[in-house]
Amino acid sequence: MKIMSRLRTFPFWSWLWFIIGALYFLLPLLATFEFSLSWDPEVPLKAYQRAFEDNDFWETFLYSNMLAVATIIASIILIVPTAYWIRLRLPQARRIVEFITLLPFVVPAIILVFGLIRIYSAPVNLPFTDFRLMQPLTNFKAGTNILIVAGYMVLAMPYMYRSVDTGLRTVDIGTLTEAAQSLGANWFTIITRIILPNIRSALLSGALLTFAIVVGEVTLASFLGVDAFGPYLFLLGQHRAYEPAALSFVSFLLTWFAMGMIQLVTGGQGQAAGAH
Amino acid sequence: MAQTVLNLKSKAAAPTSWKTWLGVVPFFLFAILFLVLPSLRLFTASFTDPNGSFTLDNIIQLFSEPFIVNAYKLSIQISAVTALGGGILGFLLAYSVTVGGLPKPLRSILITFSGVASNFAGVPLAFAFVATLGRQGFITHILRDYLGIDMYDAGFNLYSFAGLSLVYMYFQFPLMVLIMAPALDGLKREWREAAENLGASTTQYWLRVALPILLPSILGAMILLFGNAFGAYATAYALTGGRIGIVTIQIGAQIRGDVLYNPGLGYAMAIGMVVIMAFSLAGYSWLQAKTERWLK
Repeated sequence: MKIMSRLRTFPFWSWLWFIIGALYFLLPLLATFEFSLSWDPEVPLKAYQRAFEDNDFWETFLYSNMLAVATIIASIILIVPTAYWIRLRLPQARRIVEFITLLPFVVPAIILVFGLIRIYSAPVNLPFTDFRLMQPLTNFKAGTNILIVAGYMVLAMPYMYRSVDTGLRTVDIGTLTEAAQSLGANWFTIITRIILPNIRSALLSGALLTFAIVVGEVTLASFLGVDAFGPYLFLLGQHRAYEPAALSFVSFLLTWFAMGMIQLVTGGQGQAAGAH
Repeated sequence: MAQTVLNLKSKAAAPTSWKTWLGVVPFFLFAILFLVLPSLRLFTASFTDPNGSFTLDNIIQLFSEPFIVNAYKLSIQISAVTALGGGILGFLLAYSVTVGGLPKPLRSILITFSGVASNFAGVPLAFAFVATLGRQGFITHILRDYLGIDMYDAGFNLYSFAGLSLVYMYFQFPLMVLIMAPALDGLKREWREAAENLGASTTQYWLRVALPILLPSILGAMILLFGNAFGAYATAYALTGGRIGIVTIQIGAQIRGDVLYNPGLGYAMAIGMVVIMAFSLAGYSWLQAKTERWLK
């Protein structure tokens, strides 16, 4: 009797869907891992050894990490004061700014890089004259770096803005600002010493999501000709078999790490990005 | 009456000085330089002929040139299929961990995993599927060695429409889970109790109460999934090396070298894509707003 009633309430279908989903998630990871170990049965980690021995791996990987850090810092400098100011003094601008932060969903990476190349592969002249102010950004290293970081800032903007704005919502910024001002703090001090520490976890979750988008990004990096990790992995896959599998598995662990950290710091919903 | 109250209110508020607007200038400047101008440039260029004068030819050719029409068709098909497939699987999964009666810890595992999987795309994802369903893939081997089924003899090919769809699904259904789980949480227990008290069966409750409430949310999420797949480039390029001519791949080819022999047409193709993406985002926000009437 007891068994019967338990059978009746046993959520058979739920388990079935869950198992199908779990298999879909796990099988490709398992397969990649298994394949990466199968190079040499004597030395199971050979693919990992070879992949990590390659200097180009470290160079491109470090470079991508630096791009990620630059993107995160620049995004925070741009977005935190903007979101703060809108909440404090300029609620009229909320709609238009939120609209702009949604635009990157409408302009996919491939279109963005198309437009960026078309605009910034031309020299910058003084308006209406032939007087050249700057050579094309795409022609020199620092210029390409600026372009790609700006592009990544655009890709990460929806997530960064949302994170920061959600973080600010939980803080009484009006009171904090008045208190700081009455103690003689200037705007710079208010933002760096009062606002930033108060939205730490929101910043961290935005930063980790940006990290997940930027490290391994291919579209912008390959079209702007930047030697980042994404294009490196792609080229490696053209002529090697085992190392790319090993590195794919490592990238999965990295994404996992970033998302797991977000889960830890926000304690709530996971977020989804869109660097596909 | 309400009108005058509103007027009084807005008059009472201190007018915002132009100096206050200075605070958001850097943001707008950035958005104009790196988002608006590049898009605008593609837009104006798609209405320009090689001599620099205004033309509608490029837009017209968008609908007549078979190469482009086919690319759009393929992109729309693959986005629709993966939005539908990913939407259904994602919904069922979200259902199973919210109201489906599975143990609580499975829910947070699924949500975290969905966060990871919806961000796991591009080159590593393509490689992972090659290792799984490629000619020498893990599952291909298992099916052949243990069940005697040769998927490739049976007509399956990872580097085809079906294969690419399966790969896209990997980031599609987790996104659906992330959107639907909170919506399913919004279903109130009272609604179910009320339905049961009135003698409704479980099927009736789902068909007549729950699904109609969730419908805008489900449709909206699927539209978002559609846009998600439509804009994808890296995954398809890494998997097929450009052999499947979806729109993003063709635009990529056009950036590398003028494969259409008409730059203006390339720009028009990019703008056509932006228009479709804009429609899908607008549809999503509209349906999302409708959902909020019931589910907060």
